[in-house]
Amino acid sequence: MSRIGVFVCHCGENISRTVDVEQVARAAGEIPGVAYACDYKYMCSDPGQNLLKKAVAEHKLDGVVVAACSPRMHEKTFRKAASAAGLNPYLCDMANIREHCSWVHEDKKLATAKAADIVKLMVERVKKGKSLAPITVPVTKRALVIGGGIAGIQAALDIADAGHQVMLVEREPSIGGHMAQLSETFPTLDCSQCIMTPKMVDVANHPNITLHTFSEVEKVEGYIGNFQVTLKHKARSVDESKCTGCGICMTKCPKKKIPNEFDQGHGMRTAIYVPFPQAVPNTPVIDRENCTMFQSGKCGVCAKVCGPGAVDYQQEDRFSVESVGAVVVATGFKLYSIDRKPEGSPIQGYGEFGYGTIPDVIDGLTFERLASASGPTGGKILRPSDGKEPKQVVFIQCVGSRAREKGISYCSKVCCMYTAKHTMLYHHKVHDGQAYVFFMDARTPGKGYDEFWRRAVEEEEAVYIRGMVSRMYQKGEKIVVMGSDIQVGVQVEIEADLVVLATAVQAQDGADLLAQKLGISYDKYNFYSEAHAKLKPVECATAGIYLAGACQGPKDIPDTVSQASAAAAKVMTLFSKDQLERDPVVAKVNEKYCVGCLACKKVCPYGAVEEKEIRDRQGNLVKVVAYVNPGVCGGCGTCQATCPSKSVELDGYTDEQIMAMIESL
Amino acid sequence: MHAEAKQHDFEPKIVAFVCTWCTYAGADLAGTSRMQYPANVRVLKFPCTGRIDPVFILRAFQKGADGVLVSGCHPGDCHYMAGNFHARRRFAAFRALLDFVGVDLHRLQFSWVSAAEGGKWVEVVTELTERVRAMGPMLEFKSLEHEEQWSAFQALADVPGVVNTPELKEAYDKI
Repeated sequence: MSRIGVFVCHCGENISRTVDVEQVARAAGEIPGVAYACDYKYMCSDPGQNLLKKAVAEHKLDGVVVAACSPRMHEKTFRKAASAAGLNPYLCDMANIREHCSWVHEDKKLATAKAADIVKLMVERVKKGKSLAPITVPVTKRALVIGGGIAGIQAALDIADAGHQVMLVEREPSIGGHMAQLSETFPTLDCSQCIMTPKMVDVANHPNITLHTFSEVEKVEGYIGNFQVTLKHKARSVDESKCTGCGICMTKCPKKKIPNEFDQGHGMRTAIYVPFPQAVPNTPVIDRENCTMFQSGKCGVCAKVCGPGAVDYQQEDRFSVESVGAVVVATGFKLYSIDRKPEGSPIQGYGEFGYGTIPDVIDGLTFERLASASGPTGGKILRPSDGKEPKQVVFIQCVGSRAREKGISYCSKVCCMYTAKHTMLYHHKVHDGQAYVFFMDARTPGKGYDEFWRRAVEEEEAVYIRGMVSRMYQKGEKIVVMGSDIQVGVQVEIEADLVVLATAVQAQDGADLLAQKLGISYDKYNFYSEAHAKLKPVECATAGIYLAGACQGPKDIPDTVSQASAAAAKVMTLFSKDQLERDPVVAKVNEKYCVGCLACKKVCPYGAVEEKEIRDRQGNLVKVVAYVNPGVCGGCGTCQATCPSKSVELDGYTDEQIMAMIESL
Repeated sequence: MHAEAKQHDFEPKIVAFVCTWCTYAGADLAGTSRMQYPANVRVLKFPCTGRIDPVFILRAFQKGADGVLVSGCHPGDCHYMAGNFHARRRFAAFRALLDFVGVDLHRLQFSWVSAAEGGKWVEVVTELTERVRAMGPMLEFKSLEHEEQWSAFQALADVPGVVNTPELKEAYDKI
């Protein structure tokens, strides 16, 4: 007979408000095999845990059910407490009577009945539970960082400085990301390139960092401490080992009129190019779609002029498999394009703002390039259509963000500050110009941020108009912006020379595909989900994968850098041990009954199932059975549900346990 | 509640088999967002929908579930890469079997609910509960079980010492 202890938590009032916890405890006490049942206000607190430990000793409990919050929240806490009391931690389970009961049902009677049922389910489960011992696996002390923006760079540098090997993978030809595109940064107005490019060089020169630019993650297999990552090194058509970065190929390339992505399509580049002069690595790449050699086979100028003979038109995509122990995902963001509705996207377009149809309507990043000393205009603010200096500039905030009806309900966080910065940069460069800002709210909660915004409004003469723009149209050389000032209650019409839209921050293209490769979860906007919004903000629900920067949600540079360092710290914590304890929820084969059909091998996503030969004492082959490698098994249990002879069993989720739960219904 | 109880004299028992990574987390989100839904559902957590054996569903129906929900990650989002695809194939075949056995397929719902879809969890549970409530109690298996026992009993009729009488049949009918 089992001796199970049931501990019902009030969670302050979170549970006891809608669930009669005393009654649940009483009902639990009457379940056969339950030796002790009680309720307590805060089970997860120190006294609560001590109560559990004491009860295990006093009542000689051989299993524990804590009826409280979601196991995703406190399962570890209580398993640790049970373990400290001398109980196997896997004989401690949680009944979720908060998220799945008290918080979602108002009726006290129904909620109490449901809570009692949930407790009963879990008691039956624990009764059939087995003691499990953690599996130890070696840790590969090498990290993969995906994304070479400021988040990836910071994480890579921190991990590398701690003495571990890091692979930094960036899909663009150069690292730097969006921060390298910025002109100045708020709230100090210091030059973005001046703080970014030294870090990029540090990454390239760091002995512990291997940089893979123009590369993408193709496939991820394995688990925490032991990932196998397949990288695709896209063909640069330039041999990195031979190239000296002299740049002659670029000056001689006859194709000179290709819009430069780094300058948001406003500067021009050649077909063989580096994205920007400070690029790291300073190795050009051939844009095969625009290169005459690749299109018609007639040109080859770059190969002719290249002294070291680095240009290689025959180069092909190369794949490599790397072993890493941890992954930091730092894929960043893109700006919402309002000119057209992305195909298949639930997000509505913003046709009323004329982006893409009126040439002098640009987005925030384009303005950054116009204001940047290394940009297409050399730092002069000139409008794209005719190169004239705009005397009236209208900035519009919240374009695409905070508009549920358009599909994005979140705040893009950085626009208030960067628009304030833009008005200042504009005012510093065009002294007789006037900046107008249409805004809904000003959200400036960072350190020194509100002061910065006030400076833009009060000292730098930007006119802030609270209200939204309804329509915009081209009238001769001007753009007429029609909006309303809701504070004064009047309609406003401004004839502007340039309109800058602070468009929404969105997840990077292909963020969902990468998440699927990594097996991490993402929200409906394709931003990656952290394991816990408050207590695990940089970890994924998938162990060994960490998040940094705007791939998780809109973030400014200081937040991104902090999070990147936090992710690096988590990686270092993981790497501080040689052996890692893994959850023992793995499949085991009953060799006696296994008929060796190996259906389990076919369905195993981890390739954890091997063939094992069973021989008699004379060495004659008796039969072939399946064998699950516990180090590789991920614990999904697909093999068990597939096995026709029911000879595989997933520890922790055995048929016996599940049937016992169903029987108790 | 009383008004509700009068409206429907039958409260269905709904059993949900969910994966821990997507749907369980989605149900957690419904909780943290304080969304309300019918209290009829009992959730059984699995590592993956790939672990869910159709036998569990049969057993749940046998044990008095009026409706069963199986829910996991969206295609492509499986934490274990492909478990939900295996589950989907398995249930495509299993539904045909269940239909053959004579269980109304409206009692079995298969859905994808991600960790971000607290609202969808509420929707799915509410819809299934209401649908099953309208359908009434699940009796198919109970009568099947009874028939099985009766035929087994009849098979014993030829065995010496076992009496097969109408009274006994009547007694069986009352079970």
